[in-house]
Amino acid sequence: MPASPQIITAISGHAISIEGNDIDTDRIIPARFLKEITFDKMGEYLFYDARFNEQNQPLSHPLNTPIAKNATILVVDDNFGCGSSREHAPQAIKRFGFDAVIGHSFAEIFAGNCKAIGIPVIQASHEALAKIRAQLQKNPSTQFNINLVSKRVSFFEESILIQIPNEHRDAFLDGTWDILSVLQSKQELAQKIDQALPYLKP
Amino acid sequence: MAKNTLFNHIWNQHKVCTLPNGQDQIFIGMHLIHEVTTPQAFAKLKEAGLKVAYPHRTFATVDHIIPTEKQTQRPFQDPQAEKMCQALEQNVKENQLTFFNSASQKQGIVHVIGPELGLTQPGMTIACGDSHTSTHGAFGSIGIGIGTTEVGLLLATQTLALTPLNVRRIEFKGTLQNGVHAKDVVLKIIQQLGVNGGIGYAYEFGGDVFDAMSMDERLTVCNMSIEGGARIGYVNPDQTTFDYIKGREYAPKGEAFDTAVKEWQRIASGPDAIYDDTVQFNGDTLAPMVTWGINPAQSVEITDPLPHLDHIPENERKVAEEAYAYMDLKPGQAIEGAPIDVVFIGSCTNSRLSDIRIAAQVLKNQKVASNVRALVVPGSQAVKAAAEAEDLHRIITESGAEWREPGCSMCLAMNSDRLNGNERCASTSNRNFIGRQGSPSGQTLLMSPAMAAAAAITGQVTDVRSL
Ligand code: SF4
Repeated sequence: MPASPQIITAISGHAISIEGNDIDTDRIIPARFLKEITFDKMGEYLFYDARFNEQNQPLSHPLNTPIAKNATILVVDDNFGCGSSREHAPQAIKRFGFDAVIGHSFAEIFAGNCKAIGIPVIQASHEALAKIRAQLQKNPSTQFNINLVSKRVSFFEESILIQIPNEHRDAFLDGTWDILSVLQSKQELAQKIDQALPYLKP
Repeated sequence: MAKNTLFNHIWNQHKVCTLPNGQDQIFIGMHLIHEVTTPQAFAKLKEAGLKVAYPHRTFATVDHIIPTEKQTQRPFQDPQAEKMCQALEQNVKENQLTFFNSASQKQGIVHVIGPELGLTQPGMTIACGDSHTSTHGAFGSIGIGIGTTEVGLLLATQTLALTPLNVRRIEFKGTLQNGVHAKDVVLKIIQQLGVNGGIGYAYEFGGDVFDAMSMDERLTVCNMSIEGGARIGYVNPDQTTFDYIKGREYAPKGEAFDTAVKEWQRIASGPDAIYDDTVQFNGDTLAPMVTWGINPAQSVEITDPLPHLDHIPENERKVAEEAYAYMDLKPGQAIEGAPIDVVFIGSCTNSRLSDIRIAAQVLKNQKVASNVRALVVPGSQAVKAAAEAEDLHRIITESGAEWREPGCSMCLAMNSDRLNGNERCASTSNRNFIGRQGSPSGQTLLMSPAMAAAAAITGQVTDVRSL
């Protein structure tokens, strides 16, 4: 696991919008792509069944546009990432090139998995999302800037308040989102619990 | 915040400390691993120069990707399945972990073998890289599904950073009618509380219906807690629990068992328990449930028509419309009679001996409809052996259904068991998400094994009580 903590204060770049509530992890990455033992190729499979037909020919989809190639922000709707706890879904998002996801609400495990690999999952009001999308309509190559310190997303002439759970925000700002070292520092206490537990003795 | 519940008791006993971010660091007493969510975690562990911290607390098996035919023939036909299994075999060896492989006679779906081997016991914290780890709560333990990063943290430290949960007591009063099963109970709960209703909660299941349930049935309900958004679901341990555990391979023996029972009784929710919320249901009037949509809350009792859009809460209407279009179903129609192409009886929800027995009972002296492909996939090698000892496999194959080797199979279609095109499947698994059963346009109707077996015979959704 990474040796140096990584501080994340802001994410900027192009954005891609995926519309729809309750988009589950099977849609984000269809289960047949989970067979690999590394996450390396997960980006290619992101939203595969929506992006390609059964002959693997590309369909018209926001992620198949030229802008998507170097977009860093994914814009979604409500309850995004529901379903499975598998981390392949956030990994696919990360490896496609996204550094942040912004939406109205997120499934809890999905949000936790995103945080754990360094992707801020950001909540915005329906109005804010509508503004972002309207701007994307007008100009797909708009530059967005998400600032975790000021909790704002800014673009063109707008600057809108966003939300992020405090514990996530703190973890990105302190660079402690990869919590291995945090957990490791309490190994002595953990050993005491191990010894006190009545079950599964060595 | 709840007090004096089983959840609180176990949480406190396993709490290492409160972390700076407000979460609790929780010691995980048992870690179950399988081939699919672990290779990346082990790779990271190795990169960091670490080994599994508490190898005696980790148990491995293979279930997600392995074929359900000719399982012992290696290499597997699917090179990726072979690669994943080899990676697990290597990692298990390097870290000296207990491994229930195909040759052990103890292999099976991770949530089926834990209970069966007596590994799952009351009072434990149990984690696994599969969201249905809530299953183990049937024993009065805390079972929690985690992602691969957390699997890595757990291997390295045997602890997780978790946010404390509220506790909602879900009471089911009365007695279930014949033909109504645990699957119907949990589908009803999810229908009423929604797929997000349990977020931030642990579900405590109790009341007459749960008191009367076997361990297998409690496992079915706890299994699907996560489909209602509750990461943890549990039933307080009682005599049924103790009787089930007694004598199993990993259960405490002799005097140690008696001591353990005292401890298990102590950790149960006390009469003074305080809950954050309580919800009540009536089991007397419940009919068999069937899902009609693309999430597990979109279900009806078999006797009810599919809901009209204007009866659906506004925030769920769009998904309902999408579901109707995707599933080729219409508001107001009866679900009974909807044609079925495939029947899948299996998965960690419903693949235990009692499920196979119920399916066999329905299939006995009957024939699977000529246009239906039916698969019965036992949850473990032990379930398979026990079913065969009772000759259930004969009843099943004579009906025209296939009797397979244990694994997750068509629950998530990582092996070759999958839907083709827009086939519609009556499935005893836990998820009806779009594409879940291997075909991007496949349709899944969740139901109990009894109802799935009935659908196999008639080729359509059928009230098993009328057969
Ligand atoms: S049967 Fe399905 S839900 Fe259960 S462990 Fe396997 S894949 Fe997960």
